[in-house]
Amino acid sequence: MSAARGSKLTPDRIAGSVLVVVAVFAPLIFNEYWISALLTQMLFLGVVAASLIFLSAYGGMVSLSQTAIYGVAGFALGNLTTNGNTKGLNLGWAEFPGIVVALIIAVTVALIFGALACRSYGIYFLMITLVFSVIANLFFGQVTSVSGFGGISGIPIPDFFDRTTHPDRLYFATLFVAALVYLGLRYIARTPFGLTLQGIRDDPVRMRSLGYSVTLHRLLAFTLAGFVAALAGILFVWWNAQIAPPTIDLTATIDVLLIAVIGGMFRLEGAWIGALVFVVINNYAPDVGLVGERFHTLIGLIFLVIVLVSPDGLVGLWERTVGRLRGPSGPGETTGEGGSAGTVPAGERGTSTITGS
Amino acid sequence: MTEFAAYGSLRRAALILLLALVAFPVIWVLFIASGTTFGPAVSDPKDFLITLLNGITAAALYFIVASGFTLIFGLMRVVNMAHGAFFLLGGYIALRLQRDMVGGGGALGLSSAQVSFAQWVLPGLAAVAIVAGAGLIMQQLFLRWNQGQDLRQALITIAIAIILADQMLAHFGGVAEDISWPGTFDKFVNLHVYGIQYTLTRLVILIIGLAVGGALWFWLKKTRTGMVIRAGVDDRDMVSAMGINIQLTFAIAFTVGSALAGLGGVIGGSFASLAPGVDANWLLNSLVVVIIGGMGSLGGAAIGSLLLGLTTNFAAAYLPSDYTYYSIIFTFVLLAIVLAVRPLGLYGRPA
Repeated sequence: MSAARGSKLTPDRIAGSVLVVVAVFAPLIFNEYWISALLTQMLFLGVVAASLIFLSAYGGMVSLSQTAIYGVAGFALGNLTTNGNTKGLNLGWAEFPGIVVALIIAVTVALIFGALACRSYGIYFLMITLVFSVIANLFFGQVTSVSGFGGISGIPIPDFFDRTTHPDRLYFATLFVAALVYLGLRYIARTPFGLTLQGIRDDPVRMRSLGYSVTLHRLLAFTLAGFVAALAGILFVWWNAQIAPPTIDLTATIDVLLIAVIGGMFRLEGAWIGALVFVVINNYAPDVGLVGERFHTLIGLIFLVIVLVSPDGLVGLWERTVGRLRGPSGPGETTGEGGSAGTVPAGERGTSTITGS
Repeated sequence: MTEFAAYGSLRRAALILLLALVAFPVIWVLFIASGTTFGPAVSDPKDFLITLLNGITAAALYFIVASGFTLIFGLMRVVNMAHGAFFLLGGYIALRLQRDMVGGGGALGLSSAQVSFAQWVLPGLAAVAIVAGAGLIMQQLFLRWNQGQDLRQALITIAIAIILADQMLAHFGGVAEDISWPGTFDKFVNLHVYGIQYTLTRLVILIIGLAVGGALWFWLKKTRTGMVIRAGVDDRDMVSAMGINIQLTFAIAFTVGSALAGLGGVIGGSFASLAPGVDANWLLNSLVVVIIGGMGSLGGAAIGSLLLGLTTNFAAAYLPSDYTYYSIIFTFVLLAIVLAVRPLGLYGRPA
């Protein structure tokens, strides 16, 4: 988890290494359907969830706007690069400038959302970002000149990454972005900026009196997370070749929150673990006889059980299991964990568990 | 010094921008309004008045729903994300009870001529009672024991909203249906102003909204329970330490708050229609109202409802015909203006 523990072989590192090996050799292990449909989707949903977890774990901001920003990037790319055969502006740009401008648009939207929301804290912040998300969904549903209810279809994808012909390539591209996002966010959390952000999470009043600009740091973190979510939006369009308002509706917004909660809202790894669980349930639950069409009830029940039983998600469960195996006097592993896990909500945990230092 | 001066001029620029954002729509509606179906208010006061009345009556319904939301939040700091689902549940229950009472209906639903006053009121009251009970059960089972963990409570109510929405889809189907107004309400009345014939149902909504507001005001300001609730909003622990059963107060407030969501569903289901997705829209409306007005403030909920109702109705009526689809942006602009000036809402206070 941190440099302080040097090169020791911790359970975290073993599990992490195994997962990395499995991810890299996935095309040899899993069949094509899993690679092209499930695992690729898992990776980019994990990227959106990681942007949420980054804000929540390091900034104390549970943002429900991430899906909206992801959608803005996707819709922008669709409008810029389609060529006359679908709804929207059909500007017919080439893919590369389209992607760059779509990212810029999405980050600008994130900046505006952030500027309005970042002076609010806690549950207020969650509500305001939720409202922005629903408004973005209604915007794309109603404004026919950029999308309309049916959305944009037939968005061109670079031939090289077309998943119908080369499922592995899109998988590896998504894996590459996911790895960059994971490492980048971890790195940023340790820079002076990241440390300040964590200080603000723990005590904004003290940080302000120390002379830090609290709002500016929160705004920067929000914009950065918006960029990460926008990356996932581009990947989604490459994966799906179309985007419609239901892609970013309230259910989709809550799905991303659900992924973060299943994984655990205090460590970035949780994003992809939660996404894997979600994608598998989402894909196979409708086939299970008893569940059938009512799989949203099942998803709701799973959500409810996790929030009631283990609010810090699967990663929290893993940490507690590891902590228990090592015994109560494990070297520096149980600080602030054994007692608080299970009772303290994920977003409010102390610094020690979140940074792992 | 220079830094402060720069900050001051930035503030002034922002203030001018905000004033322009507020003033322009007013001037537009009153004097310009080119390309719209109505034209400016000075030359077409009749349609302006109708739009104004539409805005106010819509605000009454927003207020009924959002006041329940803000009551629960103000006292317990619980953001009830299932509020929209309770709204829809109330509407569906009233719809089914009404169909059973009247008998028939079939694919096209009932017409208001078939429905008597009692056949609207009784299903409505039953639905309100059932939703109030559902809210109480949810609060006692899931929220009571993790008081103070606001994020976790919000997540719990989100999970319940998902389950409720899916179960309602299973039981009531995905086709939009509406509760029938009784024949006594479903007509036009002459307002004797510019000869406006106005729908009585909208005026009924306004009257119910005013009655709910008045009753809540009286309850919170003049009764003992209301006093305890107001004290609890300010300092829960102190109220508890005074020997008052705060858990009972929580239960009462949650029941009343849920009942208001159910009442909103009955009225909203008669006024518009009930379908999957309506719950999300009403959660959005409640959230916008309380973010504008300030969480936990009844007066704030009234002002927020009024601003939202007027904004949505005037945006829909006074945008140039080719641009009416953009009216959703105005809800966002309204939020943006309020949040820029007062991050806690117009009547919000720090927790």
